[in-house]
Amino acid sequence: MLLKEILFLMRKDFLLEMRQKYAFNGMLLYVGSTVFVCYLSFGLRSNVLTVPVWNAVLWIILLFTSVNAIAKSFVQENRGRLLYFYSIVSPQGVILSKILYNSCLMLVLALICFVFYAFVLGNPVQDVPMFLLTILLGAIGFSTSLTMISGIAAKAANNGTLMAVLSFPVIVPMLLMLIKMSKNALDGLDRSASLDELLTILAINMIVVTVSYILFPYLWRS
Amino acid sequence: MKNWWKIVTVLLLVFTVVAGFLSEVPRLAILNETIRNLYFHVPMWFGMILILLVSVVYSVKYLRQPTIKNDIIAHEAAKVGILFGVLGIVTGMEWARFTWGEYWSNDPKQNGAAIGLLIYFAYLVLRSSFAEQQQRARISAVYNIFAFAALIPLLFILPRLTDSLHPGNGGNPGFNAYDLDSRLRLVFYPAVLGWTLLGIWIVNIKSRLEILRQRLYEIA
Repeated sequence: MLLKEILFLMRKDFLLEMRQKYAFNGMLLYVGSTVFVCYLSFGLRSNVLTVPVWNAVLWIILLFTSVNAIAKSFVQENRGRLLYFYSIVSPQGVILSKILYNSCLMLVLALICFVFYAFVLGNPVQDVPMFLLTILLGAIGFSTSLTMISGIAAKAANNGTLMAVLSFPVIVPMLLMLIKMSKNALDGLDRSASLDELLTILAINMIVVTVSYILFPYLWRS
Repeated sequence: MKNWWKIVTVLLLVFTVVAGFLSEVPRLAILNETIRNLYFHVPMWFGMILILLVSVVYSVKYLRQPTIKNDIIAHEAAKVGILFGVLGIVTGMEWARFTWGEYWSNDPKQNGAAIGLLIYFAYLVLRSSFAEQQQRARISAVYNIFAFAALIPLLFILPRLTDSLHPGNGGNPGFNAYDLDSRLRLVFYPAVLGWTLLGIWIVNIKSRLEILRQRLYEIA
């Protein structure tokens, strides 16, 4: 029953996205122009862009992209539609479908971002599969934490500022793990070196999803 | 004697301050006399975690049973938790200045504590952005629980994965290994208890005041 709801709601999100396209295209343009700005600021003096800087800039771009992309997920629903959902589906279905949808969206955006970034600024990654795995984990991790936060921020008056204020502290632990893991992949270290980080990220994700699952019904009620 | 625990708090804190400054402490290199900060810096973190836990418990209670009292206690406890956190950071920075050489040495626990405080400042900002009382109470309760769940890995798991200058991390021996001998324990445990009770006392008074103020508004 819950599974059916989730699939149904996800299909609705994808359909809306296919029809409107503006959100996805907007985010694509956002990614593209940010990477290009980075290229212009670094490209002239290529010796500035060391490997740690390359890594940090990539993750900052991904972080801001996900904050911007996911902030929309509850704001775009208008009042009437929310009331309609309220009467036909369970809140658990809504939050899980939003998390899954945002994960898919972020995955596509993050991969495009990485490919474009590596194409424009050079690709120092030595262990590409591991790096892709890190990006996969990052996309899922960002979406799980940010979906709930965007639900909270959507209820408040000035939700643009609030989204950033609420989400950054919550996301920092995950970001630190991700940066460390991707640094390991960049340097081509042995994969077992990243095992601790990988497990921690998975554990944080589990905690966040569980807490969202329990808390969202209370948020949804208003 | 309903208020015996308040008398106990005062006695414990007097004992902590007197014994903390006057008692014998082990002579250790680098630490020297700064080891007395153990009675003031470390209990702040114990107090902060416990009082924030009180705040989360009352947020959960609010979601189960929405009364104004639960919301007020959750809010006041979060504020006192922040106070303890700030004091913990300040005493820690002072200590770090004399033992590690700098006020801020990019230690994972220092960073974690700073981020933890940011989370709770965000909680206060979130509260102030709602006009309607019930909505404010419910949504900030949701954020409070969510933030606490995010705080636990930040403070307890991450520092253990990386090297830290704090005892017990990154190959540094923990308290129990050598430096917390019985003389220190004699003052340290009463200090933890005393500071935590003081925090609970503050929460108690502040929430009673706030509840009275709400009642006054309703009458007026």
